[in-house]
Amino acid sequence: MSVLVGYDTRLVVQGMSGSAGAFHTKQALEYGTRVVAGVTPGKGGQKVAGLEQVPLYDTVDEAVQHAGANTSVIYVPPPFAADAILEAAAAGIELIITITEGIPVRDMVRVQNVLANEYPHVTTVGPNCPGVITPGQCKVGIMPGYIHKPGGVGVVSRSGTLTYEVVHQLTALGLGQSTAIGIGGDPVKGMDFIEALALFAEDPGTSSIFMIGEIGGDSEERAAQFIKDHVRKPVGAFIGGLTAPPGKRMGHAGAIISGGKGAASDKIAALEAAGIAVAPTPAEMGTTLAKILSARS
Amino acid sequence: MKIHEYQGKELFRKYGVPVPFGIAAHTIEEALAAIPKVQEAAQTDIVVVKAQIHAGGRGKGGGVKVAKTRADAEEAVKRIFGMQLITPQTGPEGKKVQRVLVEQGLAIEHEFYLGMLLDRATGRVTVMASIEGGMDIEEVAASHPEKILKESIDPGAGWQDYQARRLGKRLGLAGAHAAGFPKFMRALTTAYDELDCSLLEINPLITTKDGRVLALDAKINFDDNALYRHPELVELRDPSEEDASELEAKKWDLSYIQLEGNIGCMVNGAGLAMSTMDIIKYYGGQPANFLDVGGGATAEKVTAAFKIITSDPEVKAIFVNIFGGIMKCDTIAQGVITAVKEVGLKVPLVVRLEGTNVELGKKMLAESGLNIVAAADMADGAQKVVAAAATIQKGGAK
Repeated sequence: MSVLVGYDTRLVVQGMSGSAGAFHTKQALEYGTRVVAGVTPGKGGQKVAGLEQVPLYDTVDEAVQHAGANTSVIYVPPPFAADAILEAAAAGIELIITITEGIPVRDMVRVQNVLANEYPHVTTVGPNCPGVITPGQCKVGIMPGYIHKPGGVGVVSRSGTLTYEVVHQLTALGLGQSTAIGIGGDPVKGMDFIEALALFAEDPGTSSIFMIGEIGGDSEERAAQFIKDHVRKPVGAFIGGLTAPPGKRMGHAGAIISGGKGAASDKIAALEAAGIAVAPTPAEMGTTLAKILSARS
Repeated sequence: MKIHEYQGKELFRKYGVPVPFGIAAHTIEEALAAIPKVQEAAQTDIVVVKAQIHAGGRGKGGGVKVAKTRADAEEAVKRIFGMQLITPQTGPEGKKVQRVLVEQGLAIEHEFYLGMLLDRATGRVTVMASIEGGMDIEEVAASHPEKILKESIDPGAGWQDYQARRLGKRLGLAGAHAAGFPKFMRALTTAYDELDCSLLEINPLITTKDGRVLALDAKINFDDNALYRHPELVELRDPSEEDASELEAKKWDLSYIQLEGNIGCMVNGAGLAMSTMDIIKYYGGQPANFLDVGGGATAEKVTAAFKIITSDPEVKAIFVNIFGGIMKCDTIAQGVITAVKEVGLKVPLVVRLEGTNVELGKKMLAESGLNIVAAADMADGAQKVVAAAATIQKGGAK
């Protein structure tokens, strides 16, 4: 069992003819993902080198009508990404995963507003995220597939490389993953911790959860409250940025502490108060979860 | 991206947000010549001389002076221009003042705070205002959150005049001040939206005894991701306000932030980069920088990143921590080897590689003949680099 993506996923790749889109589509196909179509406006009907078996359309509408796509992954450059997300929603895609990094905040504010009003049933993940993978079934995004292993740990993370780090640690300890969701670090985004946690809480294939947060915002604090109230499965966590200096933007992510809010220490305190085991260092994420699991069994 | 107050005020003028009359000067001569021009244009003897640096808290550091006469104003210009201005935001070394704004003085009735930024919880731009203008707004927010009034902007409909009327009422505006406030707010919210601002602060926003509402200050930050559609704003960048290493990093599209410690870090991914700083501190070390080479870096980019780190004289040891996803470990290895061959390596280098093509990357480093300490995992690497930096630091102190 899994959440979001799996054997039923019929993927359309928006921006498949670009270098990133083509590279990751090949990787996804190798992993076993059902990629049913690609979309690049103006290039419909053409063949993408190395991806001749995947039909390329001008519009997402055609990908849905002719190829039965139900999930989209977006690799188009930032100036065109907001348009691409709304095109997918309008075409009837149910799950839209945006990998693109660097979309202006103003664009995302508008996109999320339209999605909330017009397409409340559509689930979006990202932007600026590694994507979603259900090990052994379906890989949608840029994560290295081989570090994953099918199993029962649901992973949700704001950080890309830290997701790889925890998955690698879990796999090394023999703890496979049900689904790993990278929600991305942008300030305005689709799925947040709470929605991901709710999916894992309901999923019979998920027996425990690991979440990775970062400084900035208050998503982790709200997630801690949600876990306390609604999640009965064991949860481990890690928060990056404990030593980040205030007021500095740490990289492309939305990770910034300002006005004394969003510090890692506040988030760690909130998680611990909700009974969640917080890993003291990023090297101990896997062992932290393993410890609480063995204590329970 | 940040800009100066005078540049922010020029943008305000363009959008119809009232600001005091003023002239910006890049030399002391220009500043002195501006004084009588401002006095004459504004029909007042009182002028304000304001140091133009990006950091806030300028008043507290002596960078703002209200002068009642031309002689006083000239003295203020001479004192402020070129001074090393130290504010709570500049750090102890301060910032050299290379531009000043000479502005008309106004008969202030009341000072307010007004700010605009994205509220992450709602995903909407929010206007914040307080009758406690001029003060440290973060203190007010912490001790009296009820004194911060908020209006959120509907992304579809945009800012509405009723919100300005409601906000004005709550701020206690009346008469001409209340009547003029909706127009003021319409102009301001349009500017925020059209210019892709990420932060806009007016502290203070003032009402005058002759019935006007003006922005006495202007702090504007822009969304870096949107600068591609605002070439005219990119022109406003002041390189002297930015750290040289950070500028060099920007050229290569690297995320780099200079810090106080002595352990140079090169990592891929913002989250992993922050966590690498965390684990270095956990084992008793101090990171010299935050550096995220990004997901799809080339060997050339890695070389540039490595050179930036080694150019920092404080760096006593280097920790390369990579989890290759899209980023392949052999690319990192190639970049590091090239950089070391070009600029040499005078401090210990600890490398932890994991992920795509890890065996190839490790083999390349091992065969390069370079003096590299290999780390089994992140914890091992952090401990080794902290120990190495401590040894060098001690040796240097002899």
